[in-house]
Amino acid sequence: MTDLPASTQFVNIGERTNVTGSAAFKKLIMADDYEAAVTVALNQVENGAQIIDVNMDEGLLDAVAAMTTFLKRIAAEPDIARVPIMVDSSKWEVIEAGLKCVSGKPIVNSISMKEGEEKFLAEARKCMAYGAAVVVMAFDETGQADTEDRKVEICERAYKLLTGIGFPPEDIIFDPNIFAVATGIEEHNNYAVDFIQAVRRIRASCPHVHFSGGLSNLSFSFRGNEPVRRAMHSVFLYHAIPAGLDMAIVNAGQLDVYDQINPELRQACEDVILNRDPDATERLIAVAERYKGQKGNAADDAAALEWRGWPVAKRLEHALVRGIDAFIVEDTEEARQQAAKPIEVIEGPLMDGMNVVGDLFGSGKMFLPQVVKSARVMKKAVAHLLPFIEAAKEPGAKGKGRIVLATVKGDVHDIGKNIVGVVLQCNGFEIVDLGVMVPWKTIIDAAVEHKADMIGLSGLITPSLDEMVTVAEEMARAKLTVPLLIGGATTSRVHTALRIDPAYDGAVVHVLDASRAVGVCTQLVSETQAADFARRTKTEYEEVRVKRANASGSNLVPLAVARANAFRADWALKPPAPKRPGVHRYDDWDLADLAEVIDWTPFFRSWELAGNFPAILDDAVVGESARALWADARAMLATIIEKKWLTARGVVGLWPAHARGDDLFVQHRHSDDHRTPDGGSVPTHFRVPDLDRTNEAGTRLAMLRQQVAKREGRANLCLADFVDPAGDWIGGFAVAIHGIDPHLERFRAAHDDYNDILLKALADRFAEAFAERLHQHVRTTLWGYAPDEQLTNEALIREQYRGIRPAPGYPACPDHLLKPPLFAMLADDRGDVAGITLTESMAMLPTAAVSGFYFGHPQAEYFGVAQIGQDQLADYAARRGVDLADAERWLRPNLS
Amino acid sequence: MATNFAPPGARDALLAAALERILITDGAFGTEIQNWKLSEEDYAGALALGHDQKGNNDILALTKPAVPESIHRGYFAAGADIAETNTFSANRISQADYGAQTLVREINHESAAMARRIADEFTAQDGRRRFVAGAIGPTNKTLSLSPDVNDPGYREIEFDELKDVYREQADALIAGGCDFILIETVFDTLNAKAGIMAAQEAADAVGRDVPLMLSMTLTDLSGRNLSGHTVEAFWHAVRHARPVTIGLNCSFGAEQLRPHVKTLSDACDTLIMVYPNAGLPNELGAYDEAPATTAALVREWAAAGQVNILGGCCGSTPDHIRAIAEAVRDLPPRSIPTPPVRTRLAGLEPFTMAA
Repeated sequence: MTDLPASTQFVNIGERTNVTGSAAFKKLIMADDYEAAVTVALNQVENGAQIIDVNMDEGLLDAVAAMTTFLKRIAAEPDIARVPIMVDSSKWEVIEAGLKCVSGKPIVNSISMKEGEEKFLAEARKCMAYGAAVVVMAFDETGQADTEDRKVEICERAYKLLTGIGFPPEDIIFDPNIFAVATGIEEHNNYAVDFIQAVRRIRASCPHVHFSGGLSNLSFSFRGNEPVRRAMHSVFLYHAIPAGLDMAIVNAGQLDVYDQINPELRQACEDVILNRDPDATERLIAVAERYKGQKGNAADDAAALEWRGWPVAKRLEHALVRGIDAFIVEDTEEARQQAAKPIEVIEGPLMDGMNVVGDLFGSGKMFLPQVVKSARVMKKAVAHLLPFIEAAKEPGAKGKGRIVLATVKGDVHDIGKNIVGVVLQCNGFEIVDLGVMVPWKTIIDAAVEHKADMIGLSGLITPSLDEMVTVAEEMARAKLTVPLLIGGATTSRVHTALRIDPAYDGAVVHVLDASRAVGVCTQLVSETQAADFARRTKTEYEEVRVKRANASGSNLVPLAVARANAFRADWALKPPAPKRPGVHRYDDWDLADLAEVIDWTPFFRSWELAGNFPAILDDAVVGESARALWADARAMLATIIEKKWLTARGVVGLWPAHARGDDLFVQHRHSDDHRTPDGGSVPTHFRVPDLDRTNEAGTRLAMLRQQVAKREGRANLCLADFVDPAGDWIGGFAVAIHGIDPHLERFRAAHDDYNDILLKALADRFAEAFAERLHQHVRTTLWGYAPDEQLTNEALIREQYRGIRPAPGYPACPDHLLKPPLFAMLADDRGDVAGITLTESMAMLPTAAVSGFYFGHPQAEYFGVAQIGQDQLADYAARRGVDLADAERWLRPNLS
Repeated sequence: MATNFAPPGARDALLAAALERILITDGAFGTEIQNWKLSEEDYAGALALGHDQKGNNDILALTKPAVPESIHRGYFAAGADIAETNTFSANRISQADYGAQTLVREINHESAAMARRIADEFTAQDGRRRFVAGAIGPTNKTLSLSPDVNDPGYREIEFDELKDVYREQADALIAGGCDFILIETVFDTLNAKAGIMAAQEAADAVGRDVPLMLSMTLTDLSGRNLSGHTVEAFWHAVRHARPVTIGLNCSFGAEQLRPHVKTLSDACDTLIMVYPNAGLPNELGAYDEAPATTAALVREWAAAGQVNILGGCCGSTPDHIRAIAEAVRDLPPRSIPTPPVRTRLAGLEPFTMAA
């Protein structure tokens, strides 16, 4: 927005810590995963939010508790707490609870005269007493202000009332309501003009106030047509900011530079926003047609091929930075012919280009998907040169250092590891990638054979943490001294410090994500910095250990107390018996159907692009990168469906069950069902005629109970609480996406990491979408307790349905060892469960797979078991029939 | 206990006096009390609380009032305009350590009444109005920080609970006759906000304007308190209380406070009151900065036009206060700036919106 008046400072308010706007954030809060939720806030601040909006308005949440817990957690993070908080709720009690936790000067969002002057002023007085600024909605007893005069009338009245009680005028922020224009309804045509004019008038009559608004409403009619929306927002702000609009809870990335918008489009937007004539909407719709399906901004890209005329070194750099592989072989060949030796092409222009990429990534100007594309270009160039280098018997290029990477034994997840590998290669490191499920011996042998400068271990599931300790111990035994890097979703700095670092004398470093890997590795191979960095890290981890050792015992209650505080479900609400009990198999679910329910937000996260879909596409910082990735993902998705690259297989079981204590007993062999139209049935030889719900025959599923001390009125939850001891039903499922391997092999052969990672990430999304769709099928049809459920995709992602599907190894039932009994119940007579196999660490193969349990009770909710005590560990081991050490190994993340 | 309200108009009277000259507040109580070498019996008096009272300085108002009275007189005689009541720890939380939590009201009331009586006595002698600031310490609990490293969301106390603790103390101080409520040694800004609300509700309950004095303490040289707020963020967070003074106390010696005094002086449209320690403690934990040294250091702020009220905290004595009063006698007071009207918000750091 460089063309805006220089005095204007538009304030960016972070919007992602808002459960009503962010499905991902809501999920984290619902799952009590405050640690990850705090990271969301941190990312916002790091990405430039000057204020962060926190909203916990969600029917299923105790919003007061969530608001206070979250605000207290972020108060402990100086990198977040440095910015002011916007306490956002439609409920005053939630706002007030929030104000009691905020130590600086916050903004309250919002109050209004909707319920009369008395309540409005009472709340305003409270805001003053707590020392908070307020957003005042243009809303009065008769409704929301739509016309210019109504907006002015309400805001002026509010201003008079507020200043009348001594409210500082500079602490008033009006939100005079931005409504959609170009809707085809004539009365809406003047809404933007109404807003702009109202702001101008209120600003003149109410000194010192500020204005805020929700920008995305404006272009609501053009959903899906991003170039037009961006242009509309920019044109609107171009006129609204000089009138006085100075803050918004919106991504500044939804804006184009006014001067660079295609003049015809800009004119059409301007005519609509300023309501210049009755045909303006029609004209914008006509112009908008031409932008449909385009991703980028509306600036002209006629100069696209200009770079082909540049000198070859410059062309190579451009291709690397832009990730364009169309001309890379011919350009590399041209450079080779000009060079004295082929190796000089790598060490010269190609490395120079990659250094530019590395610098841009390091400074946050380039993002992971772009870097992976750059790496693909680099690999293709190197592949072209290798035969010449070998023919000339030249020594290979000398990199910065050689790193052995592996996903540890028992674990199959490698997207993160591959990304780290690519990023490191981009920065001049040589990577020896050993793949997945790699035993420690292979890792150590490879490190010795390749004279590795360091070893990097990756893992996603909790048992991998133990395996990493084993690798560290074996490295020590083998007298290795090279640094050991630890990464992956379940790893943490604390675990690394407490368990891995003490096992190995060499440097051990936890690497949070790919973007940190370069800095860490560069320091570790630096002659001047390595020793110092290793020493500092050791000291830091020692401090973590000391802190842990000194920490007062955590706030756990005895197991008996936790059990006495179990959740008491209302059994009158429990779901009816399933319409179609037993086991149902689906060997080829329609991929096109699944594509419709994909939750894209985690897809972007796997590429280290933070933000919610679809808002991320318009993000100020990563929007451009996200749009490019999104376009590539859509294209590959279409190919996957059309060419049938993948097959979705799934299985569902619905069985009688009852709870006893913290155990569930499932009569999965019970068989008063019959063969179902879609082929589901229980094999004959599994059938048992008798169903005695008072005996404990059947499969016992031992569940864990929350043991952390709870506030009055909050239960210590256990999944068994959601099943009626007097008889009830439970479900189980497993889904997997098959057929990926030949395609991955093809990509690897083409040195194409980008498509390799893209396909894996999409397969993961298909698996999650399948789990979502199958759950819906269970609710509406198989179990059928919600036959009339009509939910949009967004509502599905937000889990606005009845019942839950917790997965073994995740917070509500953290023990991965629940998978074998689940699989035994789901297996057909050949032992097959949707073609899935389990590794010794209980990871599922194929990697894109999901399994879990269904609980149908309307009061069932997600939660985290979190820390448990030694008493529950011993009790659990006895219930599971395993020895204590074994239980401890599998539950280590839940033990202090 | 008899209600003993302060004479009206304290806010205007203080502002008027501060226009004329640099005012002086008093110095430390703790170090002065040590000079009396009091025994356990002296502290306990006839209260029979069943706890060792030694070190419970605030309870002397009930058991050995001659000690705090004599110290107040010493500071007024040295030139102080303001007496701070000896009530830093006279709250339910701190007094519980001595089993004296039931005496909170009495201690505060007596302490304020005593300071009021002596202040009025000195006023009567020369016609120069002396003021009483009812001192409220931070307690040893914090609303912003978790004492448990494993659980950053945990708090030992909640806002409403702490507000009640402060309210009890503020009610008694006001009834005892203090002119101002001084919330001092603010290491946690949220504690201060609870204190502010309690003090305002206490003042509203008796229908009087009891102006607030707010004083932050810095815990690191970069100029932040324990809850992490910079001095300017602190100002933004408490400005709604319309404090009659804002400033710094305790922390370090005057030398280390210099940049932060300047920041506050530039930002705040109210009086600046600073009362630093007498230097930094020596290796034995004692303060040995000479009165002339302290006076010379704080004189620099006065000479730069950055302060309205000066005094001393830990380690300062009537001699320090006399030396300070003399050092700044001829210097003009800081004039209160008129910063432009802006929306001033804060996290740990200040955030000011463009107009």
